[in-house]
Amino acid sequence: MSTTHAVEGINETPATEQRLPPLNVVYEWLTTVDHKKIGLMYIAYALFFLVIAGGEAILMRIQLSMPNNHFVSPQVFNQLFTMHGTTMVFFVGMPILFGFGNYLVPLMIGARDMAFPRLNAFSFWISAFAGFLLYFSYVGASGLYAAGSAPDVGWFAYAPLTARVFSPGHSTDYWTLAVFLSGVGSIGTALNIVTTIICMRCKGMKMSRMPLLVWLYLVMANLVFVTVSPLTAAQIMLTLDRYLGAHFFDTQAGGSAVLWMHFFWIFGHPEVYVLVLPAFAFVNEIVPVFSRKAIFGYPAMVAASVGIGFISLSVWAHHMFTVGMGAAANTFFVFATMVISVPTGIKIFNWLATIWGGHVIFATPMMFCVAFLFQFLIAGLTGIMLSAAPFDWQLGNSYFVVAHFHYVLVGAILTALFGAFYYWYPKITGKMLSEALGKWHFWLFIIGFHLTFDFMHIPGLLGMPRRIYTYEAGRGWDTLNFIVGVGSILQAAGVLIFVFNMVRSYYKGKEAGHDPWDAWTLEWATTSPPPAYNFAVLPTVKSRRPLWDLKHPEDPDSDYE
Amino acid sequence: MESTLETPCTLPYRGTVGMACLIVAESAIFIIFVVAYIFYIGKSLSGPTPAQVLELPILGTVCLLSSSITVHFAVSTLRKNHLSSCTLWLAGTVLLGTIFLITTAREWYHLIHDKGLTIQTNLFGTTYYSLVGLHATHVVVGLMMLSLVLGFSVFGLVNEEHSEKLETLSLYWHFVDAVWVVVFTVVYVLGR
Repeated sequence: MSTTHAVEGINETPATEQRLPPLNVVYEWLTTVDHKKIGLMYIAYALFFLVIAGGEAILMRIQLSMPNNHFVSPQVFNQLFTMHGTTMVFFVGMPILFGFGNYLVPLMIGARDMAFPRLNAFSFWISAFAGFLLYFSYVGASGLYAAGSAPDVGWFAYAPLTARVFSPGHSTDYWTLAVFLSGVGSIGTALNIVTTIICMRCKGMKMSRMPLLVWLYLVMANLVFVTVSPLTAAQIMLTLDRYLGAHFFDTQAGGSAVLWMHFFWIFGHPEVYVLVLPAFAFVNEIVPVFSRKAIFGYPAMVAASVGIGFISLSVWAHHMFTVGMGAAANTFFVFATMVISVPTGIKIFNWLATIWGGHVIFATPMMFCVAFLFQFLIAGLTGIMLSAAPFDWQLGNSYFVVAHFHYVLVGAILTALFGAFYYWYPKITGKMLSEALGKWHFWLFIIGFHLTFDFMHIPGLLGMPRRIYTYEAGRGWDTLNFIVGVGSILQAAGVLIFVFNMVRSYYKGKEAGHDPWDAWTLEWATTSPPPAYNFAVLPTVKSRRPLWDLKHPEDPDSDYE
Repeated sequence: MESTLETPCTLPYRGTVGMACLIVAESAIFIIFVVAYIFYIGKSLSGPTPAQVLELPILGTVCLLSSSITVHFAVSTLRKNHLSSCTLWLAGTVLLGTIFLITTAREWYHLIHDKGLTIQTNLFGTTYYSLVGLHATHVVVGLMMLSLVLGFSVFGLVNEEHSEKLETLSLYWHFVDAVWVVVFTVVYVLGR
């Protein structure tokens, strides 16, 4: 990588910082409305829960690594998969992506903060409160057996299991309230992101010149309005059922359990796209920089993202093929689900075309992006298999499904996120992450990932249902589950190296300078870490790659766009 | 090259965009409640049925819909800096909204006290109270914000430069009105 070279128009004098007493530092973080600090708090909070929910996954894999194992009790196992799923979706995925959005979007559009800084702080703290509320259930909730216990109804909490009769005590209420509050926070942040992108762009930053990351966050935030809101509404209904004796999901009074399934998956499926669009966003920024080429097919990428946003609203019932919706509904959702692979395919081809013929630099962020491309493709292919209703009838609710969606969530989203960490860490801290440790992290994690989730497909094909507590020996699942368990340990080791790398590099890392990757978007046009006001002089943009224009005044992009 | 730099277009007011986003999110919440209402029409296992107990809330509906007009005039007079007429229009809006709430409260009292319909009675009670109650909650929130502005306005703290903010609030109020049109159609026309 070329070393940072001074570019005219960038004020490189670091902001003078006076050391504050520790208590004042805490006070400053607790009361901050700065988008960068809030973004970092989102990320730190999500990483904290990533470690917790990852630990829950390890406990489950230990339990399943051998037949007839009794490492944890069946009750605890039910709580583990409920808490793992809920935590990973609402308190890891959403906050970490909102954190990156909070940090990067204003910087990339040349703004000094989000449109509503105080709403931003409110949204963060309400989401953070929701996460701690969920875990407080371990000590605060009386569950089925009176002692403190956590929610155990599964992360999609199907009715009528959540009815007061079947889930006495308060553990389910903790789940409902935590998800409700996290929804409020998500809607607040999404509102803020959309408003920021529309109203706070710098001079010359037309919609057609915004970095693709910003476009994808725009689509993702709009998707949050129409997906998280229905879940919020469904949680209100569930609370009315449980506390005021309403009958929304009470089958004994004529209520419908299937209605909950519809309401949940109207949220649940587009939610996958809410999570994966930011992952696409990171790849959109990293791949061109490390291929030393402008992104291939910018308008097609934007169109595909918006297309994914719309189509994703019409695929939810592919989670419900086994319910018996009838031939017409099944056919519709089969086709809608298959159609969504077209815009995603466009994206994959565009990324490949960006890499094609480029001068590719395999630094850690790029390695994670290449792994993302490969793994996301496989995840998409098993997705197309499952989208065929007859195939889904055979394998619905089996470990094949679990393997498929973990391939998306871990193989695509988490992998792209790791890439994003290596790419933007220098901007956030001013220090480079260690490349050597990064490669250890990469290989351990990727090998662990493939051991776990490649092999997890097979017990599914052999008929192993998800969420079972244990199984008999001799069904052909034993060795496979053991390999899956070993893989999960390797992944955990990779993540620990990553955490160690972040801590170590913060103190001992190489100085990054303002633009260590020789990149082209506006966040690299300010110091690392950026000052509270982001830009001393608000930038003016003439093309999609403003820093290219600055560095190459003889051949600016604006001549070609 | 400098000459090719386009003049910066004026970006929309962030309050308007933020409120539009909130309206989209709120609409999704209402759609779920409306879908539940429609899905459960005629599915109650016991009475009372909507046809037996519901009457058209004409007065409340007229008041709430008129309040959309008064809040519109409050904004347009503020934009022309006619402060006293803005205060009057705001007061009218708050009054009309309050009348609507009173008619809803009387209707609920009648249903609970005279007809014995509660949220626990049957699916109609469940969906009716939650949908109408969700809307009434939004009316209460709107009235609190409008009353706050009215208070500021009475004390002379509102002037022309606040017209964009008042317009943002009026957008919310129009939305609450529009939702009522849907609720009215679904609950009192289709559902009966």
